[in-house]
Amino acid sequence: MNCRAEVLEVSVEGRQVEEAMLAVLHTVLLHRSTGKFHYKKEGTYSIGTVGTQDVDCDFIDFAYVRVSSEELDRALRKAVGEFKDALRNSGSDGMGQISLEFYQKKKSRWPFSDECIPWELWTIKVNVVNLANEQERQICREKVGEKLCEKIINIVEVMNRHEYLPKMPTQSEVDNVFDTSLKDVQPYLYKISYQITDSLGTSVTTTMRRLIKDTLAL
Amino acid sequence: MDTDLSSQDRKDLDKFIKFFALKTVQVIVQARLGEKICTRSSSSPTGSDWFNLAIKDIPEVTHEAKKALAGQLPAVGRSMCVEISLKTSEGDSMELEIWCLEMNEKCDKEIKVSYTVYNRLSLLLKSLLAITRVTPAYRLSRKQGHEYVILYRIYFGEVQLSGLGEGFQTVRVGTVGTPVGTITLSCAYRINLAFMSTRQFERTPPIMGIIIDHFVDRPYPSSSPMHPCNYRAGEDNGAVYPSVEDSQEVCTTSFSTSPPSQSVFTVTKAHFQTPPPVVMDTLKVPVMGLAFSHQLSSSRLSYQPAALGVGSADMGYPVLFAGGLNAAHPHQLIGPGKEGGVPPTPSQPAHGTQADQERMCTPLDGVHYSAATPSSSEDTETVSNSSEGKCGSPHDLLETIFIRKVGAFVNKPINQVTMANLDIPFAMFAPKNVELEDNDPMVNPPESPETESPLQGSLHSEGSSGSSTGNTHDDFVMIDFKPAFSKDDILPMDLGTFYREFQNPPQLSSLSIDIGAQSMAEDLDSLPEKLAVHEKNVKEFDAFVETLQ
Repeated sequence: MNCRAEVLEVSVEGRQVEEAMLAVLHTVLLHRSTGKFHYKKEGTYSIGTVGTQDVDCDFIDFAYVRVSSEELDRALRKAVGEFKDALRNSGSDGMGQISLEFYQKKKSRWPFSDECIPWELWTIKVNVVNLANEQERQICREKVGEKLCEKIINIVEVMNRHEYLPKMPTQSEVDNVFDTSLKDVQPYLYKISYQITDSLGTSVTTTMRRLIKDTLAL
Repeated sequence: MDTDLSSQDRKDLDKFIKFFALKTVQVIVQARLGEKICTRSSSSPTGSDWFNLAIKDIPEVTHEAKKALAGQLPAVGRSMCVEISLKTSEGDSMELEIWCLEMNEKCDKEIKVSYTVYNRLSLLLKSLLAITRVTPAYRLSRKQGHEYVILYRIYFGEVQLSGLGEGFQTVRVGTVGTPVGTITLSCAYRINLAFMSTRQFERTPPIMGIIIDHFVDRPYPSSSPMHPCNYRAGEDNGAVYPSVEDSQEVCTTSFSTSPPSQSVFTVTKAHFQTPPPVVMDTLKVPVMGLAFSHQLSSSRLSYQPAALGVGSADMGYPVLFAGGLNAAHPHQLIGPGKEGGVPPTPSQPAHGTQADQERMCTPLDGVHYSAATPSSSEDTETVSNSSEGKCGSPHDLLETIFIRKVGAFVNKPINQVTMANLDIPFAMFAPKNVELEDNDPMVNPPESPETESPLQGSLHSEGSSGSSTGNTHDDFVMIDFKPAFSKDDILPMDLGTFYREFQNPPQLSSLSIDIGAQSMAEDLDSLPEKLAVHEKNVKEFDAFVETLQ
């Protein structure tokens, strides 16, 4: 099937990068996480409960809702932190993009390793701006807050199209569809990667891949 | 072909819709309580969390919702609406949002009720959680306290959007198709936050027989900013609601991984003892005026006691100006300008010149958000601009005092308002009426120091010397920045003026490119001489280096 791709663009100040990215990623993952599955006999399963919490941003006039899962939050913060550092250290004019990809694993026969088939890709393009004084920063706080509100509405709109979602898996297949490593929630399998664009517009070789579950290649 | 819904499916669907409606109301009301919500994830299903989401049930809210529904379900022409409104401590109220849960006739017969519909309703609730934080009323509700409260009202029937003012915006949260119709959840929110003076003493008449009790203020200690996520158990507010009645239904859903038609769905009923209800529907709010917590407004507002006219007048201005300024901001680097229609000129009793009215009212597009946020940036900006615009004007602050007595949240230019006598305390701190023309850069190009910033770089050519940040939007009347108790009668300079004048210091001459370009040639020419001098002193340099090692 084709992978559904959505692109969002934001212009933020350096210190807002982390919060803006977390807001978008958490909102996407809120919609793409379920409770933990508990399989019972006869092929039935029950689903745990997902809690939510409000997060206020310090550098942006904005608040968002995320899944109540410290593990998930840590994982996202780690990825976003690396992205932010790469943006800062790249020496470019502050352009880059971070991608959140949802994929399914397809078991292949030996000797081939499992395939990862993406079914949804969210790309957030970031443009970091430098501001001269406090007035501009204050305006930027509010503007970025408004922009993020628009992005949240966009995300919700996409989610609401009810387009392709992987079929609910059997117990043996659950790890091919969901990330079962977290103890309180169960997001779809995802990976986060980023790219920094240097000032020439070509992408530099700083791509990081983070696999949640290592493929059980023989 | 069996396109009819089986009776079990029908029953399940009705139950889903009913609990979805109840949970929707809970999410909306909890999002407007003014506190951060936090619920825990639980890996083992407890059986009482509908749609696999941990959404607490505030008993009073459930009670109100059930009362409004009166055993019915949302259907075509019968929508469930949650109205969120703001009420000031003076008794003025204004509708902010209407959340509508509607059903239309478009059916999806193929969809599986206990599986797909349930999951999609769960997704829709998550979307609702996200969207409730994004509308302007969220920011307002987080700042409620002494000056205003946020209230809710639930009604069932036809949606009534007339109370939202002109130019309200709509956001659709989502839709879920079911075999009996398509459920749609949307929100219409006000963007014109100006308050009509004629409504000052009116109350919104109850609709659909809802008792006006809901607007009664209940005692609620609002001084503590953050409340715990759990209930205030044990707080007795005099209204005791029947605990969970007959049917707090528990949803224990089991899903099947094999073809969905085999899904096993068990629902059990259980009685729960709810903790004593907590009053959550009306919250008193300390701030007088909307979310203008910026020092600019609050320092001035705090000196406007309950004197009805002028206190309200203050609230009117920030709304107006913030909206105007924001809309006219050309800040292109952040993105395209604000969308949203320009609200037509509100019909007000006509005073003053037509020209002024046009000029004031046009920039009101996008006011919904800018007005909701502490309009600090715009105010500060215009403050600094006004100081640049009228260089010798600190004297003005002392001289002219125009006191206008207007209604709360009046959204019209000051010129149009009837002048009234000085009958309020702290009149000196009332907003000064600055002539529009003085601030218009077209008429009076401001003498401002040069500031180079990336913002300006993108907007103006390098040669323009008269530009400083935010100059382009100061063709509106602005509020003077009057810090509390800072007036000094001896010197014409007060703290505010001082701050404004020195806020944007001129660019260092060594950093400005023009001077740099000129001296570059000279520098290059003088290089050979300098080199010769240094070569002569080479021995001294070597000795110096030796001492360092």
